[in-house]
This record gives sequence, C-alpha cells and structure tokens, in this order.
Amino acid sequence: MLLISCPWCGPRDEAEFHYGGQAHVAHPEDPAALSDEEWARYLFFRDNPKGLFAERWSHTAGCRRWFNIVRDTATNEIHAVYRVGEPRPVIT
Amino acid sequence: MNPLPDHLPDHPDRLWRSAEPKRSYDVVIVGGGGHGLATAYYLARNHGITDVAVLERGWLAGGNMARNTTIIRSNYLWDESAGIYEHALKLWEGLEEDLGYPLLFSQRGVLNLAHSPQDVRESVRRVNANRLNGVDAEWLTPEQVKEVCPIVEISPDVRYPVLGATFQPRAGIAKHDYVAWGFARAAADLGVDMIEHCEVTGLDVRDGRVTGVRTTRGPIAAKKVALAAAGHSSVVAGFAGVALPLQSHPLQALVSELLEPVHPTVVMSNAVHVYVSQAHKGELVMGAGIDAANSYRQRGAFHIIERQMAAALELFPIFARAHVLRTWGGVVDVTPDASPVVGLTPVEDLYVNCGWGTGGFKATPGVGWCYAHTVATGEPHPLNAPFSLDRFTTGRLVDEHGAAAVAH
Repeated sequence: MLLISCPWCGPRDEAEFHYGGQAHVAHPEDPAALSDEEWARYLFFRDNPKGLFAERWSHTAGCRRWFNIVRDTATNEIHAVYRVGEPRPVIT
Repeated sequence: MNPLPDHLPDHPDRLWRSAEPKRSYDVVIVGGGGHGLATAYYLARNHGITDVAVLERGWLAGGNMARNTTIIRSNYLWDESAGIYEHALKLWEGLEEDLGYPLLFSQRGVLNLAHSPQDVRESVRRVNANRLNGVDAEWLTPEQVKEVCPIVEISPDVRYPVLGATFQPRAGIAKHDYVAWGFARAAADLGVDMIEHCEVTGLDVRDGRVTGVRTTRGPIAAKKVALAAAGHSSVVAGFAGVALPLQSHPLQALVSELLEPVHPTVVMSNAVHVYVSQAHKGELVMGAGIDAANSYRQRGAFHIIERQMAAALELFPIFARAHVLRTWGGVVDVTPDASPVVGLTPVEDLYVNCGWGTGGFKATPGVGWCYAHTVATGEPHPLNAPFSLDRFTTGRLVDEHGAAAVAH
C-alpha cells in the first residue's frame, strides 16, 4: 500500500486514489497529419521503465484533483509530487 | 472430475543439469519460465533445433510460473484467441504422456459467473462463439451452477446475485511447478542448456540484426534470440531499441490453509472479481485483478486482497472461517487489448513473446509450440500471426478484456 501525499490534502492511503498512467503525454496537435505508426505510438505505447517513472494520480476519494508523481517502479519509492502543468522535477 | 491422487509423485534428485554457458548458440531464449522452457522443448522436438540455451536471471520457473493460480481454459471470445488457447488445451490433454512426467492435470471444469443482465448476454454470446470454434461451452442456470459447485451462493438476495454461468467442462488446473520441471527435463534430455543465475544485461544488434546477448556471465553469441521475459519484456526488448505496448503491474494471489475438499471445480467472477480453485493438497487458491499502478515489485497492495476476500465471501459463505495463509505477487505485462504479442520484431532474428498479462500459464504448451515454429522458420505460426506487434498500427486488435476474466 503506497502512502501518497496529495498536494492539497496531504498523505493518504493509495486506496483513495485512481491511477492515470504515464504523465506528460501530450495529445498530438494535428492527429490527421500523423502516420499510422505515429498514431499507434500515441494511442497504445507508453513508457514502462524499471526505475523512475512520471505518472498521474487523481485523489478520487478526496479532493478529486489530478497531480503528478515521480516514483521508482523498482522500489515503489516516491521521489516527487508536483502539480499538473509543472515540469517534471529532476531527481538526482 | 478426477479423483484426488493418493500420493504425490517422488522427485528424482536431478531433473536437468544446470549448464555453463557456451560462447555461442543457434537460439538463445531469454527467460526460463514456462513459456521459455516450452519453447525450448518444442524447438528441439518439433524442429530438431537443439543448440539452444535458456537463460534465467534467477532459478528456472521461479517467476510467474511459480506464482500463478494454475487455471487452464480456452473459452475466449474471439476466433484468434480460441485458436491458440484451444491448441494449448489439446496439448495439455496429452502433455503428461508426451513429457513422461506427472503434471496433476485435472479437468474439473471452469465456471465464469454472470451477475447482471449484461453479463448474461455477454456470457451467452461467448458460449455460442466458443461452440462455433469447437470449444466446449455450456450456459448454466443458477440451479445448474449449484449442481456443479454446491458451495456457490445463488440466493437472489446478495449484492451481486449469480444469474448463471458459462461452463467449460474440459478446463481445469495443473501443478504449475511440475509443468515447468517436466518441460525443463524433456528439453534438457534433448540437449538444451538450462543456464540459471544468468541475467541478460544487453542485446548486440549489428546492421539491424541481433547477433547475441550480454549477460552477467559474459557475452553469448546467437543466430536467433527469442524473448520470453513476461513482466520484464519492456526492459530486455529496450536493449535492442524495440518498444512494446506493455505496462508491467503486480498481480497478486493467495492461499488458505489446507482444508478438506469442498470445491470441485474452478470458479471465476468478473463482476465481484475473484477466481478460486482448490489445490490437490487442499488449500484454496485465489487470485484477483492487477494492482492499478505500474510496478516491478513482486508484491501488491493490501486493499486489493481485502476486496478479493470480500468477493470470495459473497460467493462462498462457507469460506468465512478459512484463513489467508500466504499472499504473493508476480509482475505481469499487460497490453492495451488484453491479448499477447507473439512474433517478429523490427530487429531481424529477434523474436518476442510477451503481453500475456494475467493469462499466460494456460497457454504454456500452445505458445511454446507456436513460438518455436515462429523462431525456427522465421515466419509466424498461423495461430500466433494475429498476435503480431503490427496489429497496433493496423488496428486489428484482439480485444479480450471480457474473456480475460481478470481486471486490467
């Protein structure tokens, strides 16, 4: 069970949150201009690193707001929590 | 239903010799789980390719092969899935004889419960689709469900009443460890090298062609490299710059203490989300859905287990006083359409078998057979051709979220 620090509500159990997968995946500006390969990549392919991963969470049982986390998928350690629209923090 | 065996078979001291890696092989298989071992066996048996190494970073069959809930069935919706899973089930039916090894394969049937009118419609549709594909399937009323499995609660007064179920009588369970050992022994007897504690740390690619692997026990040249790394597929394919449409998640399971035989079949429920069978020794074996967040940790969150137990009690009130003895997790690689990826990659002589997500065990002999053909001939076997990597570009998805029976 992860302990996730919602930027608005503070630390809460993972059970209060909904997972949103990889963060910082922008919708293509002009989908019609993409090749099938490029569209497939946007639609179906997400990073799957064993290590640091920037991902989206929503505090569905609390304030219902979305935010981002950088978490290590090999250890589950949470390195950073930041708001939507902010750049991904550099983890050293 | 098979009677329970009087005794479990004795194990010989050595089923295979753990080999020192040679400097080169015709085929290197990355991943010594069920799929890798079955592929090695059929490469040798069906194609006469015996200069093969199976590389395993831990010990043979210590990953998801040691962690699954052992359910075997072929009642999938789409023709493509029915094709490969039914091929697997037919192989299961003769596998103990073929491998000369007891697998405790028990065709006790599987019930997939329906809890809502929509479930009922989808289930009846699936029964019809199964029959058209030569897969045995029946639609059962709640009373008939009770006849097959007397301990299921069919009262209409529960939150998720059982409105019926699909039943595949030929489905069942097998002893997962014995399956791995049986394949390993048979493949080793045919000359395959089993190389344990040998982690792949890189893939050598020259002019768009794979030429070998780098490992913690030195480099190994290979004419062909076949990936069978389940939850770590993204990592190993990434060494060659191949992107796969996978997300790795923990999938948990658990067992109770040993109990008298009360559960004669396998019961799965999508809506309340638990699947249950009773192992030969007597422990109840249960699984649920994946943990939502990506992770390579072989453990999951407790609230998943809690919900799973709530679901189990709803369906089986008799379990109220049973105890959870042990819980564990494996790392499964899930695809967007809940179907596997088996076939060629953009890198020549590099093959991929992954994306089985929550349902790889039941496919073990079938995928081993087809993947071996793909690797040996360089062309997809007709049964795994629909599961090629390019389906995500062409849009020919095989959407099995319904029949996968495990929440993704």
